[in-house]
Amino acid sequence: MSNPDPIAAALGAPAPEAAAAAKRFADRAAADKRADLYYAAVESPLGELLLVAGPRGLALLHFVDDDADATLDTIAQRRSPRIVESARALERWRRELDEYFNGKRREFEAPVDWQELKGFRRRVLQATAAIPYGEARSYSTVAACAGSPKGARAAGNALGSNPIAIVIPCHRVRHASGGLGGYTGGLERKEMLLAIEGAGQPGQRG
Amino acid sequence: MNSIPPFQRTLEEHSEEIWRYLRGMVGAQAAEDCFQETFLAALRAYPRLRPDSNVRAWLFTIAHRKALDHARRVREASLGEHDAADESERPNREIWSAVATLPPRQRAAVLLRYGGDLAHREIAATIGCSEEAARRSLHEGLKRLRETI
Repeated sequence: MSNPDPIAAALGAPAPEAAAAAKRFADRAAADKRADLYYAAVESPLGELLLVAGPRGLALLHFVDDDADATLDTIAQRRSPRIVESARALERWRRELDEYFNGKRREFEAPVDWQELKGFRRRVLQATAAIPYGEARSYSTVAACAGSPKGARAAGNALGSNPIAIVIPCHRVRHASGGLGGYTGGLERKEMLLAIEGAGQPGQRG
Repeated sequence: MNSIPPFQRTLEEHSEEIWRYLRGMVGAQAAEDCFQETFLAALRAYPRLRPDSNVRAWLFTIAHRKALDHARRVREASLGEHDAADESERPNREIWSAVATLPPRQRAAVLLRYGGDLAHREIAATIGCSEEAARRSLHEGLKRLRETI
């Protein structure tokens, strides 16, 4: 579209410096804790991860498979639209994940936000969080720990909706027969995580 | 989706036009502070925004208020000419210098129309006047710009 009017053209000219001003805003909002939630995309050997944290801790860790916007829409709607991008706000978790992927960390110490997790789902995920590094439990064991010995399938569903992958280690839950079971991020990622922990093959010790 | 988008998306979508507006209103030096204040105020009020509201017009209204606050702070009776050095390196310097000398309402109307692409009705709502007055300010402002360049 050509505009012959020099005034309109000048007043509507692009202002590329605005992007830097927006970045400064987001950084300061995070430093001053002005928003309710912060997010960052983090590179990992398993692909890009989306991390979201609030004042209580890490609220979400998803594998980004082209759906980061939809994930952010959902959490904005459910928790708060006051969500801002800030690598610095997620730095603690990023560093621990880095160490984990390099085999230098067996437990995560930065806080996790359990607020949204309720009932049976919460109990399943708590039982899962208690599985030690490099070990595996069956779906029925986890279900029993959550107070429902016959609830293996329901436990599988709860694990499938784990909002905080890796940190709540749902990859450590598999079939009693030794089969991998399922994984929302894809079985390839589940295998990679188990390999990192030295639990790649049944019976193999790391 | 029937809900307000994550704030970061609103920030990214509208930062350029808000920046352009503030730069025209208060000059490059003060634009940074006004920009930060605008989005801080927006972030604070954001959860109260209704899903069907016009986010862009809402942001311009806040930005306009911040530009006026700035003018008040620097104790100018009106938004005077801002630092000419601001504009010296800029393309279309003579146009921007002329914009800086417009009375505030005319300056706002011209910037909102051509920098922000707002309709007359939205310009009126942003600067708090009737649609007819907004139309007149825009017309007067443009006329003066064309005379000076």
